[in-house]
Amino acid sequence: MQYMLLLTSAPDAGPQPGSPEEAAEMGEWFAYDDMLKEAGVYVGGEALQPVDTATTVRVRDGGTVVTDGPFAETKEYLGGYYVIDVDDLDAAISYAEKVPNIGYGSVEIRAIFDVTAFAG
Amino acid sequence: MPADVAEVFGTQWPRLVATLRADLGDLDLAEDAAQHAFAMATERWPVDGTPDSPGAWLVTVARRWAIDQARRDLRWARRVDDVRAALELPQRERGAITDDLLAMIFGCCHRALDEPARVALTLRYVVGLPTADIARSFLVAEATMAKRLVRAKKKIAAAKIPFEVPEREHLADSLHDVLKVVYVVFTQGHASPTGELIRGDLCDEARWLAGTLCDLMPDEPETWGLAALLAFTDARRPARLDADGEIVLLSDQDRSLWSADALDEGRRLFQRALRSRRVGPYALQAAIAAAHAEAPTFEDTDWATIRRLYAVLGTLEPSPVVTLNEAVAAFLAEGGDAGLEMLEPVASDLEQYHYFHLARADMLAQTGRADAAREAFDRALETCDSEAERRAIRRVAAERLAGPSA
Repeated sequence: MQYMLLLTSAPDAGPQPGSPEEAAEMGEWFAYDDMLKEAGVYVGGEALQPVDTATTVRVRDGGTVVTDGPFAETKEYLGGYYVIDVDDLDAAISYAEKVPNIGYGSVEIRAIFDVTAFAG
Repeated sequence: MPADVAEVFGTQWPRLVATLRADLGDLDLAEDAAQHAFAMATERWPVDGTPDSPGAWLVTVARRWAIDQARRDLRWARRVDDVRAALELPQRERGAITDDLLAMIFGCCHRALDEPARVALTLRYVVGLPTADIARSFLVAEATMAKRLVRAKKKIAAAKIPFEVPEREHLADSLHDVLKVVYVVFTQGHASPTGELIRGDLCDEARWLAGTLCDLMPDEPETWGLAALLAFTDARRPARLDADGEIVLLSDQDRSLWSADALDEGRRLFQRALRSRRVGPYALQAAIAAAHAEAPTFEDTDWATIRRLYAVLGTLEPSPVVTLNEAVAAFLAEGGDAGLEMLEPVASDLEQYHYFHLARADMLAQTGRADAAREAFDRALETCDSEAERRAIRRVAAERLAGPSA
């Protein structure tokens, strides 16, 4: 079963850009990537640019509305994601617990919808 | 339902659903198949006689139905071969049926579900309580409860919540969640919020669940502790309401009415909990309940010991309610201002909790501060939702404020 780990955190939480703490954390991210790959569960994953680069697009009544900013104002924002392939939710939770920013961010786990079920 | 089918239903339902769930990997299909098997039993057994092995008969009928269903149901069309293969293997490699039942309990109590969902799923699929009865214990409409169950089942299927006994490293946390559900089921029966003051069926089911967990996981001391706590507490059931159906406080209960069987059961379970030498919060609460059980009267209760037990409990699981209970025991052990002083730090946390105001009112009245006591009794009445409990509070207030110290 594939799961997406949606990594969110508040912009002012955790190490700030350019700090030695941030460099140390980057090392942890690379190690985390390697761990997923070595365990054979890694499907994909990316880090995102900060939320102040976000643009939100909606089409309403035939017109396109583009707004500067994320789709909803919240305290924590999506900062990156992983897609992993593991047996069940418990396994997904155990990988989520090891995400480097779990101490100040949070991880939403969502099972990925199996569209092949509709392909016959 | 004929009598023998009803009896088998009571003992076999959870095991049957658990076995079928393990076979089919789907809670809904397992439940439908189990229901079908019991419906068949209701028809066949009065005619053919009860089979020698009713459990095996039910499993066979339910599996056959599930295969037919899988053939018909498009949702299962892709999996029909898998399902049939799983069902037709004579001896699938897996543990005993008790393992399926344990897996069912752990699945229903999984931490990815919210607590009301855990309780509802456990009552529905482990205990086999009808949705209407579960709705009644949550004070919601049956349709609302049905929706909640559907939502929880959807999450189980879509997020693939595992139904298995967790690995040793996670077992303690998961078992804690399971025991909490059993405890919540019991307290919903014991102090039912529904207006019926006691829901004996829920108390019985919680004790059955705790006993089942003791059988299935005999090496876990907290399970024995919880079972003992429930037995000791439930022993008071016959004395908790008077002839008019009014609440009788612990201090006024006729202890000769306490169930001797339940007390003996509590002692046996408690001894077993102590043998492990690992004492957790439930075993400590069982020790407190045991101290109450062994006291000939309320006044002769060993309050000093109870106070110490609450103090230890407070270090394991600190909470304002534990502090409140310790304060009450301290007051009853030492009198004077000992209890009142302990209440001060938790006053704001427990501002909306009527037992806090009631306990404080009682202490104030008994130390001769009638005006402050009257205010505290009023506050207890304001924060209490249950009319029956309000009547009990008024009665206690009248007694205390008319007493010789007032």
